[in-house]
Amino acid sequence: MSDSPLSSIVSTPEQMLEGGWEMIVGLEVHVELATKTKLFSGSPNRFGDEPNVNIDPVTLGLPGALPVLNRQAVELAMRIGVALNCSIQPCIFHRKNYFYPDMPKAYQISQYDIPLNVDGFLVLPSGTRIGVERAHLEEDTGKSTHIGGATGRIHGSDYSLIDFNRAGVPLVEIVSRPDIRTSEHAKEYVAELRAILEVIGASDAKMEEGSMRVDANVSVHKPGTPFGTRCEIKNVNSIRALGRAIDYEARRQIDVLDNGGEIRQETRHWDDAQGRTHTLRVKEDADDYRYFPEPDLVPVAPDAAWVQAVRDNLPMLPAARREALSALTGYDTRSEAIIVVVERAQHEYVQAVVDAGGDAVRALIYVQQAFADAGPVPSVPAKDLAALTLLERDGKLSATQAKTVLSELVENGGGDAAAIAASKGFEAMDNSAVEAMVDEAIAADPDAWAKYCAGEQKAAGAIVGRVMKASQGKADGKVVNAIMQSRRG
Amino acid sequence: MATIPTTASEIAAAVAAGTITARQVIDEHLGRIDARESDIHAFNLVTATQARAQADAIDAAIAAGQPVGPLAGVPIAIKDNMCTHGIDTTCSSKILEGWKPPYDATVVSRLRDAGAIMVGKTNLDEFAMGSSTENSAFGPTRNPRDVSRVPGGSSGGSAAAVAAGFAPVSLGSDTGGSIRQPAALCGIVGVKPTYGLVSRYGLVAYASSLDQIGPFATTVADAALLTEVIAGHDVMDSTSIPLDAPSLVPAVTQGVAGMKIGRVTDLPEGAEPEVTQRLNEAFAALEKAGATIVDITLPSLSYALTAYYLIAPAEASSNLARFDGVRYGLRVTAPDTNAMYGATRAEGFGDEVKRRIMLGTYALSAGYYDAYYGKALKVRRLIAQDFERAYQSVDVILTPTSPVVAFKFGDKVDDPMSMYLCDIYTIPTNLAGHPGMSVPFGTGANGMPVGVQVLAPALGEVAMFRVGGALELAAGGVS
Repeated sequence: MSDSPLSSIVSTPEQMLEGGWEMIVGLEVHVELATKTKLFSGSPNRFGDEPNVNIDPVTLGLPGALPVLNRQAVELAMRIGVALNCSIQPCIFHRKNYFYPDMPKAYQISQYDIPLNVDGFLVLPSGTRIGVERAHLEEDTGKSTHIGGATGRIHGSDYSLIDFNRAGVPLVEIVSRPDIRTSEHAKEYVAELRAILEVIGASDAKMEEGSMRVDANVSVHKPGTPFGTRCEIKNVNSIRALGRAIDYEARRQIDVLDNGGEIRQETRHWDDAQGRTHTLRVKEDADDYRYFPEPDLVPVAPDAAWVQAVRDNLPMLPAARREALSALTGYDTRSEAIIVVVERAQHEYVQAVVDAGGDAVRALIYVQQAFADAGPVPSVPAKDLAALTLLERDGKLSATQAKTVLSELVENGGGDAAAIAASKGFEAMDNSAVEAMVDEAIAADPDAWAKYCAGEQKAAGAIVGRVMKASQGKADGKVVNAIMQSRRG
Repeated sequence: MATIPTTASEIAAAVAAGTITARQVIDEHLGRIDARESDIHAFNLVTATQARAQADAIDAAIAAGQPVGPLAGVPIAIKDNMCTHGIDTTCSSKILEGWKPPYDATVVSRLRDAGAIMVGKTNLDEFAMGSSTENSAFGPTRNPRDVSRVPGGSSGGSAAAVAAGFAPVSLGSDTGGSIRQPAALCGIVGVKPTYGLVSRYGLVAYASSLDQIGPFATTVADAALLTEVIAGHDVMDSTSIPLDAPSLVPAVTQGVAGMKIGRVTDLPEGAEPEVTQRLNEAFAALEKAGATIVDITLPSLSYALTAYYLIAPAEASSNLARFDGVRYGLRVTAPDTNAMYGATRAEGFGDEVKRRIMLGTYALSAGYYDAYYGKALKVRRLIAQDFERAYQSVDVILTPTSPVVAFKFGDKVDDPMSMYLCDIYTIPTNLAGHPGMSVPFGTGANGMPVGVQVLAPALGEVAMFRVGGALELAAGGVS
């Protein structure tokens, strides 16, 4: 039975390949665009208002009301297209017909076979290139809350409340090609996409608030054979949940196939609390959406000048920011420090510290370690941080001392690093004092020293620890190591 | 008290000059409605109170020396599928009974700004689907020329209101002939402008790519005046042409000397002999007035009806899906949401509406789209190409408006195909998006009026009104 709980969830690529299986994942990501007004009317596009205040005849689908396309929404969608290396093409809108109480017109205005953005790609920070099939514009539905009943779904509920504030909010649906092979890559794709959307100002891309929604199409096959039947996983509300859901679903499908079963094409619901997916609807029950060209709208053909303007005004994307930091510091673009600092959009700050004469590597590391909550523009002036990096680089402060001064700078929103160091009595120890401490430590722990001399690098920690304790953290770890190496000979 | 003139332009001139008051004009027309509406049933709602108040406001403005619009004091009847703020808008359907829109259609506000005074909302075939006004959920409208006969449709109420003298002008909507055909059957002038010339904002959609609002009037000049007022770009309608309203009234008296009039030699057959006879007389009259008659062919015209009955129902099936009982209009309670949709729609829609929703749903269904809707779109393009080729050699094309004169109640209502054939000459120009008008030109069987249809290329309204004016002049001399 396909819905039975799984005995184990093991699906690292290596483990899956042991059984000869490979997962094939494609992602459909819906993002709400950060426009002032809705896609087809002048009502505000705003999250968190009282229910049913941001409405008008168009939003409610009143008889006679007509849609008028929001230029800003097209522009933001084009930005997404450019950022994802898509071709931007003349496009049209279609109607997707189905009945649901929070769908005011009983059709959604969307794009079908001629979308705005096609044939792009996104390069993951780890280097893998994931194809983007399309990124098209469409309107959001209202939001239903079903009261009563066991499931929280419309079926079996006593009544439903509908908030039409969200109806007509512009969405872009970004459809990846089935190029993803691991849940790690899926998570990386969404994280990178989110970073891009934030950077280009297209969306605040918050999965928790629903301004970014991810559905995963998952199938498994044995390499060299055709792709398997896929299932679409819905209700994935965080990047972590996405990874878990994909791993669970791939494992479930492998179990079914290994036991001689078949995968039905279906939509499955991720239950994060239970850590499993279950059937939402099978393909045979799927609606026939009766798509046809929306006669109330005219084709959209962005001219070359508009596309070029969008291209020219696009801010530096996360990948380019990582490249820049890599060039600045010599660190790999995939290093955690660079990824974290770029995610926080603090790359310009690091550059500013370097421009103020600071040491690039130390600037990067300080920002990574001490500015997690500081935002893109930390309150510590770049020149103050630059001064601290130089004190450490020039050996005037140990790494540990520098860290203490850094905490002080963060706490005070800046200051003179040298003065803070002086007030704490920090001064560089002269090397002969450190040498004496090293010798004392060797004498105190001959076992560790013997192991270190035999090439056991881990044993060095015991000696360094003793020196640090003796010096109250003032000794420079690098100096200690150098002395130990010279003693070992 | 001065006599109330019969045309809108004369009324507006007299009201603006102060020789009569808007209140006198309105009282006179409301009196005619009181006297005869029970026989005709042109209206779903007569807005007497609002009309009198608006007339008084106009009279006060004139007394205060304030400027008034080009239609000051002119009574107008509005088809009940155009939204009127706070006033019932039913589309002659039970599903919308009692619904009061929170906004005005663009045409309604433009008319009010011009000083026109709405006297009521007129009856129609439910959601504008029909050619006799027999499909109204609130009972049929009768032809003022012979109350045993239909007024045509779907804008039968608006046509009858003008033919009965309830208002000098009215607005209808034309998706496949719904202005021109009832104009012909009631013996008045009806105009369908170029698609996009008049805003559709606030017109309850039947088939969005075909629907167009236009005027009824007793004279071609009044129809031109009304078109000038309601036409022009509207930012609320994406399909609205970004042009100012054209100047049309001068064209009506310009004459047709030197114009080339197309005669379609492969026109689909089926017109009554008297109708064909009147058309031939119309050609002769135009030739006499200095125009040249040029024979043309429109080979794809014979497919127009079929294409229309796929495209229009397909769009209708989507446009009418919103009437689901959730937000407004009728709701029939049922155990769950899906059952509520079904019960509400089963109760709220009439047979013809259900027939077209089913036709359209089928035409758009997976596996059938290409064979039906897709093919109909191709035919639509062929028809447009046929017209474009023809308009390289002629300025306008003359055809009958309707193959038949007004028929008796019940003659066709149970035979959809024979009813659909009423629109065989009017539908092609909707598919092409071009303008067309019907001008009364004598009578046919049983002494009922015959209309001659003038077709023109997109934005060819000036040529169309020149010919319309000439036909009106010549019509005085025909039987």
